[in-house]
Amino acid sequence: MRATTPTEDLLRGIWRENPVLIQLLGLCPALAVTNTVANGIAMGLATTFVLLGSSLLVSLLSDYIPKEVRISAYILIIATFVTLVDLILAALVPDIHKALGAFIALIVVNCIILGRQEAFASRRPVGRALLDAAGTSMGFMIALLMMSGFRELLGNGSLLGIDVMGPGFEPWIIMILPAGGFFMLGFILLALAWWQGSAQPPVKPRRWPNGVTTITHANAAPREREKVVA
Amino acid sequence: MNDLIWILISAMVVNNFTLALFLGLCPFLGVSGRVATALRMGAANIFVMVITSLAVWFLNTFVLADAPYLRIISFIVVIASLVQIVEMAIKKLSPALFRELGIFLPLITTNCAILGLAIFQTNRGYGLAEGLFFAVGAGLGVTLALVLMASIRERIELSDVPALARNMGLVLILAGTLSLAFTGFAGLFSS
Repeated sequence: MRATTPTEDLLRGIWRENPVLIQLLGLCPALAVTNTVANGIAMGLATTFVLLGSSLLVSLLSDYIPKEVRISAYILIIATFVTLVDLILAALVPDIHKALGAFIALIVVNCIILGRQEAFASRRPVGRALLDAAGTSMGFMIALLMMSGFRELLGNGSLLGIDVMGPGFEPWIIMILPAGGFFMLGFILLALAWWQGSAQPPVKPRRWPNGVTTITHANAAPREREKVVA
Repeated sequence: MNDLIWILISAMVVNNFTLALFLGLCPFLGVSGRVATALRMGAANIFVMVITSLAVWFLNTFVLADAPYLRIISFIVVIASLVQIVEMAIKKLSPALFRELGIFLPLITTNCAILGLAIFQTNRGYGLAEGLFFAVGAGLGVTLALVLMASIRERIELSDVPALARNMGLVLILAGTLSLAFTGFAGLFSS
């Protein structure tokens, strides 16, 4: 395992290894509860709490958890924190708790959390595990904010319940329907692929023995990828 | 009886677990490349969902009546161990069936569709028969979504898609289109 600096541990999860947009993990909550920004933020905070708590415990207890039953032990730890968050939300913000419904309990099976325990927290000291958990949570939160921001803006003409598009705006109802969740993530992934493709350095022209020069287009279909330029 | 049929149809198409409720997306996006694989994944899903429904009914009726705060933990533990035991039993009793379904069982043991089924069944207060019809309907719905997606993706492989869209982006937009088509079923309940 490559040694990493604390800054890398924190920053990695935010963008370069963003759990939702790059690794495509935790898609169920990212699609299901992002019809309004408020729901997205609540889900992000709940997941942050569970991820920080379980990373802390797993990192502290990793010496005492037998290797054979480690996954079950992680799941038990995660389920404990999820039960906590479920009860806390029901007591403090019953409206949000109702809107998120079963998806609070389903944080248990969010693969982002179990993945970080298995891949990181169980093998690192507490401080590093917490940094990694914080970074990953922020990455998850960024993805949720992107999804819910666009969906609420287009689907309802508002942000956080405040009307921003004015009375002339005809809301795109589809964006707050389930289908809109799939479309929005699909468009975001396409935009990311396009951005990464165009950010690649231009490929040097290849000169072939027969005197033809070709150039590679990163975004072209395979059969058109190499274009003859001279 | 009529109610039971409606529970089944509602879970299968109107509130389809994958396309309307976003449950179990990992297998939906991961194992929907081939129709044959998708069918087996769907069958494994139905199987685990029925076991889950039975286990949840038993837990809710006899064990957790006075301790609702232990639900999440006990569902996870009991479902995971039960599926493990059934998997070992199938391996012993019917190696052919195990080869068909075996590799999928650990994958879906505790995915969100399974735990979601357990939580919905509890929240709606379904009894044994209602729970079983709900589980079969939800399983059939997941299978339907998987097979539809796999057949579209098999066709897509032969078509000339821009390289930009040769990743999950296109698959998600396809899923959105399918989901849009399924919203049409919501009209079933207006009458």
